[in-house]
Amino acid sequence: MEAVAVPPFERFYAEHRSEVLRLLRRKLGREGAEDAFQETFLRALQAYRRLEHGEHLRAWVLTIARNVVVDTVRRTRPHAEPEEIGTEDSRPAYEELASLTDGLPPKERAAVVLRYGYDLSYEQIASALDSSEDAARQAASTGVRRIRRRISS
Amino acid sequence: MTVSPDLDRRFREAAASLDLVDVGFDVVDSPIGDLFVAVSDRGLAEISFDTRAEDQLELLARIAGPRVLRAPRAVDLARRELDEYFTGRRRSFDLTLDLRAMPEFTVSVLRELAHVPYGETTTYGELAARVGRPRAARAVGTVMNRNRIPIVLPCHRVVGSTGDLVGYGGGLDRKIALLELEGAR
Repeated sequence: MEAVAVPPFERFYAEHRSEVLRLLRRKLGREGAEDAFQETFLRALQAYRRLEHGEHLRAWVLTIARNVVVDTVRRTRPHAEPEEIGTEDSRPAYEELASLTDGLPPKERAAVVLRYGYDLSYEQIASALDSSEDAARQAASTGVRRIRRRISS
Repeated sequence: MTVSPDLDRRFREAAASLDLVDVGFDVVDSPIGDLFVAVSDRGLAEISFDTRAEDQLELLARIAGPRVLRAPRAVDLARRELDEYFTGRRRSFDLTLDLRAMPEFTVSVLRELAHVPYGETTTYGELAARVGRPRAARAVGTVMNRNRIPIVLPCHRVVGSTGDLVGYGGGLDRKIALLELEGAR
């Protein structure tokens, strides 16, 4: 089967901007959401050229947005616990993994869900999490080990 | 949730000024109608009389990369030169052109076309002769018809051997208007 082509960014942006803004408003309020919106789509632009296919772009951009939320909260409230990465993305794949991944650190959780829930490549996950491919692979495997330990205990 | 025009504008502006787009495009108004104008990291990539962007984005993505975004700032230079041309203050364009993904013959014809002076006309046959293919007038006609960068690459200055205007991708009315603007008619 041929991979879905990466759409021109304009289409991707038009399709997902409302949902991204909705998520950011819920997490950061009206004012904080505006900067985070810009940051989210600039990060997406930065990584967009390296995408190998156009699948799961919604999950991808929502993960970037959540990551921006975590960074924003860290920046503005350095001593607060980073906000829980949202569970409002109610795609089946995500739901199945939601209970399993509950309680994982945000980055590990995101990596596990994107890898095993959405079948994203480590390259895509890395750009969503703003980290390296190695770090993304590491986060997913640490997350999985943590889940295994919890299930078996 | 609707993204406000202001937020949308700020994002597009930031994207263009941070050089994060492969192709920036916008619609530019002109006396011969609205023009879809697209500029890549290598230069002016497309001018179209068809301003329904949807039709052009895939092509541009294939040529220059997938980060194709409406970004008015990216076409500022092209907009300025086109304005100057349409108000009679400019006779030749200084814009660099992105001729990627065109066959060799097309590129050689377009390079020759670029030398046809403002206010003058040539014929399909003459242009064919100048690229060393004197019998390829018809093929030259096809290149003119598919010219991705009309106005700047002046296919409106190419007419039939009897002086007939023959045709124009943007419609004959526009060809006539451009030739009249240049005083060639």
